[in-house]
Amino acid sequence: MVDLSTKIHELELKNPVCTASGTFGYGEEFADFFDPGLLGSIFIKGLTLKNRAGNPYPRMSETASGMLNAVGLQNKGIDHFIENIYPRIKEFDTHIIANVNGSTVEEYVELTERINELDHIPAIELNISCPNVKEGGMAFGVSCPSAVAVTEAVREVYDKTLIVKLSPNVTDIAEMALAVEGAGADSISLVNTFLGMAIDAETRKPLLSTITGGLSGPSIKPIALRMVWQVYKAVNIPVFGMGGIMNATDAIEFLLAGSSAVQVGTACFIDPQIPIKIIQGIEDYMERHGVKEVRELVGGLID
Amino acid sequence: MKRIEDLTVKNLRWLNTNSYVLELSGSEATRDIRPGNFAEIRIDNHPDVFLRRPFSYLDYNKDEKTVSFFVKAIGKGTHKLGTLKKGETVNIIHPLGNSFSIPENKKVLITGGGSGIAPFIMLGRELKEKGNEIHILTGGRTSEDILFTDEFRKYGEVFCTTEDGSLGEKGLLTQHSIFSGKAFDYDLIYTCGPDGMMKAVASIAKERSIDCEASLENLMACGFGVCLCCIQETTEGNKCVCTEGPVFNINELKW
Repeated sequence: MVDLSTKIHELELKNPVCTASGTFGYGEEFADFFDPGLLGSIFIKGLTLKNRAGNPYPRMSETASGMLNAVGLQNKGIDHFIENIYPRIKEFDTHIIANVNGSTVEEYVELTERINELDHIPAIELNISCPNVKEGGMAFGVSCPSAVAVTEAVREVYDKTLIVKLSPNVTDIAEMALAVEGAGADSISLVNTFLGMAIDAETRKPLLSTITGGLSGPSIKPIALRMVWQVYKAVNIPVFGMGGIMNATDAIEFLLAGSSAVQVGTACFIDPQIPIKIIQGIEDYMERHGVKEVRELVGGLID
Repeated sequence: MKRIEDLTVKNLRWLNTNSYVLELSGSEATRDIRPGNFAEIRIDNHPDVFLRRPFSYLDYNKDEKTVSFFVKAIGKGTHKLGTLKKGETVNIIHPLGNSFSIPENKKVLITGGGSGIAPFIMLGRELKEKGNEIHILTGGRTSEDILFTDEFRKYGEVFCTTEDGSLGEKGLLTQHSIFSGKAFDYDLIYTCGPDGMMKAVASIAKERSIDCEASLENLMACGFGVCLCCIQETTEGNKCVCTEGPVFNINELKW
């Protein structure tokens, strides 16, 4: 019997396999496919203070080994979440982690304070990396001073586990990671999607209403893996790695590159049961390699 | 309940140069299938096909545990799917989405353009069981596109249009004489097909104050309400076509 448990700051995870925000709804959408309580944790769909309609259709374009999306943080706002969704999901037998978004530092702080009141949400993921909103979002995550400002302001009002989700659309990912670590982050998650675009050559029109969108899927995996490794070497706080994880081998590669836990995202669209298969696959790998504790794999790259 | 199943190809039958019927066996989900529902089919072994593809059911058989789909080979995914051989395995998530309403003892018009006729065989059968009087109007570019008319005749009177005049009346579906006839006294109209056609049917229905349901086929990534990519603007904000559709009452749509 192998030990799959891992720890991120004060958060004990029963296994290192989590689901990425925006690809797993609020967890309940997957109840027909498997028990979401089996996951290490669930990063729920991005929240904002007010209702957001998101971007116009079309919002999605398939690419070679991936997809572009331009959803734009569609959600019904924190009040709707607290009244209608939270009561249904709070009893899941795993951690529910809220993904927090704002267009100003004040909005991030106010939303964090609202979430702080919810006993069953032990951590937040500060999303300073959404490429699909006009104001805020990625703008905070591509410059060190603004990333520091928003992280510090949220840290001020939040004592539970604070995870900051970084954008890969930067020149030096390690520098960003160090900046948010210095600003008080307990953990870092990366990567969010890569800014990309797609064109229909026949009509000369963009395939997304917003022209640009966020690229995800296996096409981004090598870059994501490299960034996780660079961040792992730079900081002393634990990392959630993600970016194109499609199977257990991919997840193990992210652990070896320095992720304490992983987030499975786009793969859930194609195989909704993939998170469970990945947990099983990691267990099989550990048995095969005589690894007793999954923590031994973290940063276990032999270079 | 939604299921993920590995089904076996029972038959893949090409109907003409660009469309086929894919019949799969081994499904435990048939009892949950309603007219209008759809399935997300995974397309394996093609480097450029990453996401599943959504298809309305053509039909199902509870006793034989089969489901079938009418597929028009228009892109790389549908072409690849068309190369499946009998006995091969196909992974599917189903049934998904909402369904058409089924009134009793009413007069209804079904309008299907191109591959938009797919969901109407199941609907026609259920409508007939409930004592409805059914007219079915199908439209296509040429006679080759007018399919399943024998099947539709079991449920009601069949009309058709072709753009080249090779079968039925010449012109677009919405130019058929049925729309200008005196007997245009339907209680409900169903429509599925290209956007332009559905919008034209919807505007006729609105003009005559007839209830109308449209089945939409927006681009989807997941098919079960988590990616929020297939949204349709409605009077109540953006709705997911995969979970809150694909069937919408046209009064809800901002057409």
